[in-house]
Amino acid sequence: MSSLPALLDTVLGVVLVVLGLSAALVAVRLLRGPSGLDRLVALDVLVAEFLVGLVVYIALTGDSSLVPVVVAISLVGFLGSTTVARFVRRGTGR
Amino acid sequence: MSALRAAPPPDPDGTLGVVLDAVGTVSIVLGAVLTLVASVGLLSLPDVLSRMHAATKPQVLGLLLVVIGGALHLRTSVDVWMLVLVGAFQLVTAPVTAHVVGRLAHRGDGVRSDLLHVDELVDSADETDPGPDSPETDEDGDDGAEGRGDRAGAGSAHRPQRAAGRSRDGRNGSSPGGSLDSGE
Repeated sequence: MSSLPALLDTVLGVVLVVLGLSAALVAVRLLRGPSGLDRLVALDVLVAEFLVGLVVYIALTGDSSLVPVVVAISLVGFLGSTTVARFVRRGTGR
Repeated sequence: MSALRAAPPPDPDGTLGVVLDAVGTVSIVLGAVLTLVASVGLLSLPDVLSRMHAATKPQVLGLLLVVIGGALHLRTSVDVWMLVLVGAFQLVTAPVTAHVVGRLAHRGDGVRSDLLHVDELVDSADETDPGPDSPETDEDGDDGAEGRGDRAGAGSAHRPQRAAGRSRDGRNGSSPGGSLDSGE
């Protein structure tokens, strides 16, 4: 029983590595998306993965002072992607 | 019973604490696997709507699973309520962005129309789309297809006036939700 918390911490570290890998895949889509909307969707997913990574870091360290940061990024990410969607529409002129 | 109820805050390494940590870790692992699957789908799916389908997984379900896991790890009242707030914000704000992006993708060329079975947002249904609405209102609205003809008639009775009013260009300037961006 005493080795179970260490095992859980190891699992959370592996989860952080997996999140970094998936963020790299999303960054590939962000860099070579054919249209601006593809990049916008990829950027939204990247923000969501950043939130997930922050929550996993909080769970790993037990440091609860980052929880308001998660709340703030959840709101600001929504505003940014909606605004950028409007500029994508005006910019391409379609 | 009172000792068991007072158990979790004083000793975080008790049996209940370890069990809650394990359940939270399992939830976090499920959320991370969903995130990885969504990233692979974001790379391999063909058009914007399909990629939005993949993108919803870490935005809503993955984040909710990870937030539940983080709340099971922290187990403090303020932190749990703030994580509940994160989940609620994400549930409220994800459909807003999805609506805007989906509407713009349908207006531009972000939708591969050969992959769609039904395109309900197409505006000129008479020559481009041999869909379920235009033949039944014109020819046979009497036999058998009464409900479908009624529904299609209600759908296409509003579209020509609106399309004649605000058609900017031939194909996609006059979808029924055109007030989404022409309002401001």
